[in-house]
Amino acid sequence: MNYFGVIAILIHELDRFKRTLLQSLASPIITTSLYFIVFGTAIGSRIKEIDGINYGSYIVPGMIMLTILTQALSNASFAIYFQKFTSTIYEIHAAPLSSFEIILGFVGAAAIKSIIIGLIIIITAGFFVDIEIQHPILMIFFLILTSITFSLFGFIVGLYADGFEGLQIIPILVITPLTFLGGSFYSITMLPEFWQNISLLNPVLYLISGFRYSFYEVSDVSLLTSIITIFTILIGCIFFISYTFIKGYKIKN
Amino acid sequence: MKNILEINDVNKSYRNSIKALDNINLNIKEGEIFSLLGPNGAGKSTLINSICGIVNFNSGTIKINGYDNIKEYRKARQITGIVPQELYLESFETVWKNINYSRGLFGKPKNHKYVEDLLKMLSLWDKKDSKIKELSGGMKRRVLIAKALSHQPRLLFLDEPTASIDVELRKETWDIVRKLNKNGTTIVLTTHYIEEAEELSSRVAIINDGKIILVDETDKLIKKLGEKSIKIELKNEEINFNENLKKKYNLVVHKNILTFKYNIKEDNINLTKMLNEIENNGYQIKDFITEQSSLEEIFIKLIKEDKKS
Repeated sequence: MNYFGVIAILIHELDRFKRTLLQSLASPIITTSLYFIVFGTAIGSRIKEIDGINYGSYIVPGMIMLTILTQALSNASFAIYFQKFTSTIYEIHAAPLSSFEIILGFVGAAAIKSIIIGLIIIITAGFFVDIEIQHPILMIFFLILTSITFSLFGFIVGLYADGFEGLQIIPILVITPLTFLGGSFYSITMLPEFWQNISLLNPVLYLISGFRYSFYEVSDVSLLTSIITIFTILIGCIFFISYTFIKGYKIKN
Repeated sequence: MKNILEINDVNKSYRNSIKALDNINLNIKEGEIFSLLGPNGAGKSTLINSICGIVNFNSGTIKINGYDNIKEYRKARQITGIVPQELYLESFETVWKNINYSRGLFGKPKNHKYVEDLLKMLSLWDKKDSKIKELSGGMKRRVLIAKALSHQPRLLFLDEPTASIDVELRKETWDIVRKLNKNGTTIVLTTHYIEEAEELSSRVAIINDGKIILVDETDKLIKKLGEKSIKIELKNEEINFNENLKKKYNLVVHKNILTFKYNIKEDNINLTKMLNEIENNGYQIKDFITEQSSLEEIFIKLIKEDKKS
């Protein structure tokens, strides 16, 4: 195992995060505050409670998920795509690094950034509403596993992207709609039955529901299905990335 | 001398089925400076990128210091460094961080003393805290060399190290290459500048259309294939130069200059006899100069021959 190599990639990628620290931190803080103003205050004044939880508090887990999914995806996809774009990836190919070590470096860095951002949102949200975390270990488990899974997904997106536009397609056209429709800001029990059934096809719903359970012990679906869902997506990404590396497709000429 | 690099039957085709490497066999000896000479698109970069693990090749084996570069890639890559042709660098990083990052990628622990000495050798020490974007083109190229040397490789590949740089910078790069070689690093460089191969390397391989046409010692190559010419300057301009002499020695006459071309491989050339005959026919010789064909001419000749075959 080339530990120094993995650490070098990690530090190199986190350095980029540090260089843009203001944007990296200001953006989730501002976005969270805006969500509280729009959803918490405007809509929340009409919806007092969902499942016995104050509306402002209820939306916190969904908001964190929305940010983590998009941040993990875009950070990881940008990191690997940027190296391909600038061709500086030649050095990674020439170094004595295995595919696993390369992924560990890039995905690890993107996941660390996402976890930090997730924690910052929890702290920011704490200024607006009361937050209870009933199952802190479960919350950390979801936070870490979701960050890793979607960083890995982002890494795949970055490998396959043919341009900067390509990097935006999945977060904008897939992740954001799925998160909004996955009960980030409402409970699916508020929807007509037909739309409730459609919502059950959305994997992000299970992530948000499980994450929300760790906060307030309320959920749209069972905790076990949430855990199975996150592991299924993770395993799917691992298989796909292994296949890509074995074939060498999109990595080397 | 022991081989530090052994390439056997290596083939590589791109998706568009163009054969980039066609059954390449080549050995590089430890301690030498070796030039891979060929026109653009000949397969030079593909070959060194295949050796360094940057592109996958289809068949054959490449051994670096006895280690297979695929099966034992960790051991093989630890001793190789590559300087790419283009300035592939991250603009916002500092020189210091860039070099240490490269060292880390190759699995080496931090060694500030070594990196400091390296930067001093490459005249980059005073720029260590500068961002890459603030450096001149020549400095950026030296940063690439420093990155390639950051993990103390024994075998260094330089892909067109002096492509599109000015004469002064070219000389400076050559000095660096010589210095590194003197310190024990084996160097393989690709170039389409014959002058560069002639100036730096002890051996040359000529590559065209993915095939190695010839491998030889630089001096021997020039001798073996070299054409020489003698330009004989006559005292007076001769409008009607003796046709018999002209035919006999295949002389080209232009004003008062006679040009005689011959190959040093030929033993039956008797220059004294020819010069005597010219004088005996009443022509007065004022001066003469000899010219040896450069590697460039040999190169063009070989490529033309290869195309014909």
